[in-house]
Amino acid sequence: MLRLVWGTLFIAFCLYTGWVYLYCDEKTEIVQNDPSVAKGWELWQQKNCQSCHQLYGLGGYMGPDLTNIARDSSKGKQYMHGFIKYGTGRMPAFGMTDEEVEHIIDFLAWVDKSGLSQVPAEAVHWSGTYMIEN
Amino acid sequence: MPLAIRIYTRFVFLLLITTLVFGMLSSWSYLYPEIFNRYLPFYQLRPVHTSAALFFIISAATLCIILFNRDTLGRNATSGRWEQLFIFTWIATILVIFGYYGLKKFGGREYWEFPGWLAFPLLSSWTFLMIGYYKGWLKCADKKPLYIWMWSTGILFFFLTFIEQNLWQIPWFRQSFLRELTVQWKANGSMVGAWNQMVYGSSLFLMVMISGDKSIARNKKAFFFYFLGLTNLMFNWGHHIYNLPAHGWIRHISYVISMTEWLIFISIIQGFKNKLTEARKLRHMLPYKFLLAAEFWVFANLTLALFMSIPAVNRYTHGTHITVAHAMGTTIGINTMILLGVLGYALDIDNKIGAGRKLFIRSYRLAQGSFIIFWLSLVLAGILKGYRSVTLNITSFQEMMEPVNKVLVAFSVAGIGVATGLIIIVIMYWQAAGKSQSFVKVDK
Repeated sequence: MLRLVWGTLFIAFCLYTGWVYLYCDEKTEIVQNDPSVAKGWELWQQKNCQSCHQLYGLGGYMGPDLTNIARDSSKGKQYMHGFIKYGTGRMPAFGMTDEEVEHIIDFLAWVDKSGLSQVPAEAVHWSGTYMIEN
Repeated sequence: MPLAIRIYTRFVFLLLITTLVFGMLSSWSYLYPEIFNRYLPFYQLRPVHTSAALFFIISAATLCIILFNRDTLGRNATSGRWEQLFIFTWIATILVIFGYYGLKKFGGREYWEFPGWLAFPLLSSWTFLMIGYYKGWLKCADKKPLYIWMWSTGILFFFLTFIEQNLWQIPWFRQSFLRELTVQWKANGSMVGAWNQMVYGSSLFLMVMISGDKSIARNKKAFFFYFLGLTNLMFNWGHHIYNLPAHGWIRHISYVISMTEWLIFISIIQGFKNKLTEARKLRHMLPYKFLLAAEFWVFANLTLALFMSIPAVNRYTHGTHITVAHAMGTTIGINTMILLGVLGYALDIDNKIGAGRKLFIRSYRLAQGSFIIFWLSLVLAGILKGYRSVTLNITSFQEMMEPVNKVLVAFSVAGIGVATGLIIIVIMYWQAAGKSQSFVKVDK
């Protein structure tokens, strides 16, 4: 009996895992084909930006969430470039080339297109869950 | 005691000391980055702290399993050769990982920030452990107690989730940011469940040993809660990514499954009276003190988790220090306490401590008292951040964090107390491990 319950749960887990891999993202148009974005993502990990910054609220707490930084009209591309290249009192400069900085900016612009980090109040359903449009 | 076990035990203690020292340094470098940035920047300290913490929990959990596995499955169940192979490759890979961190060479994902190729030696190492463990498991035809089920589940699911955690190295998963992030946190969420199975299994084993009551690892209620835990391991990882615009069903399934944890909550309240009687009887035992502390932190963190699992509440808590409170509460308050309890039992700490008993109890109290302040500071910091970002909609990060950082000073000061208390205890364990006949033998 115990083995049957275990086996049933495990099969359900495998099926659910496959479904998640295939259908978790229904937005087919955001498929990445830009090498600059891929390079930017790689640099994001190599420089360990996730230690201090969040994307969709996941990551470190030292700096701001950068999911939608690319759409912030008060910042802009030039501001981002200067910030990443030279750092600030709190953020160290990583000695990146201009090209590398551009890759990171391209990556952040791509992340921004995937959605909003903060869930709007109107998306909260009476049952307590969210209804976010994909 | 075989050399491999002796080395592994000390390695586990070193990992805990590294976690605590680098945790302390990280918290101060978070508050005063201008001072630390030149030599020890936060982005370098944090991975050392988090990776050491994860490696400590996983290594200590496997050490407990290796120590007790042969006693519980039968002396001839396994030769121990595979376990030795696991121990040496595991230690060597972790040392290389810290070497990379020292050179500021990263490349992985959160908590596992080392370059991706290092996942392969870690996975090979785990495979050696699995071969050794399951060989013994297959030879044992008896009806197995629950802690064996839990150890077996934990070892298997760590293997599966570790592979899943590294799928980002396959380009197809990187084609979509939402897919990569979903799979990443699916793996991370389930992996926590996997090591919890190993840790809680050892906790159950310890309770059987010190109470002498074997029925607690064989009754129907215990198995019911095991399957509830397993269901949550498999399907309740979505709360990490509630705000992700991924498929809605991921959110809904996780929400529904997470609400089954209320049954655990109710069960803890129902068992409170029995727990008091048990505590009066066993409180003189040092390992039991750790189990008692873990019970308290299970209750506190489960309460937090239940609220965080409601998406409408998660909207305020996600990405705030409440998440850190939950992470620290479970890793320090639950996992570390249980592991120190089990290792204390294995090292027969009650009989070896001698004149150091008073210092041990004082250090224990210092760690627990400081940890309460530490945890509450994080909860308060999280409430402030959530309120200021979601309700007040403050967009300037500096302005939003101003009062939060003040609360985090209390957190950092309390962190010194937690680290001091636990480091003294670890040093006492280290000394106990050096004495002859270091590990107790257990009855099957």
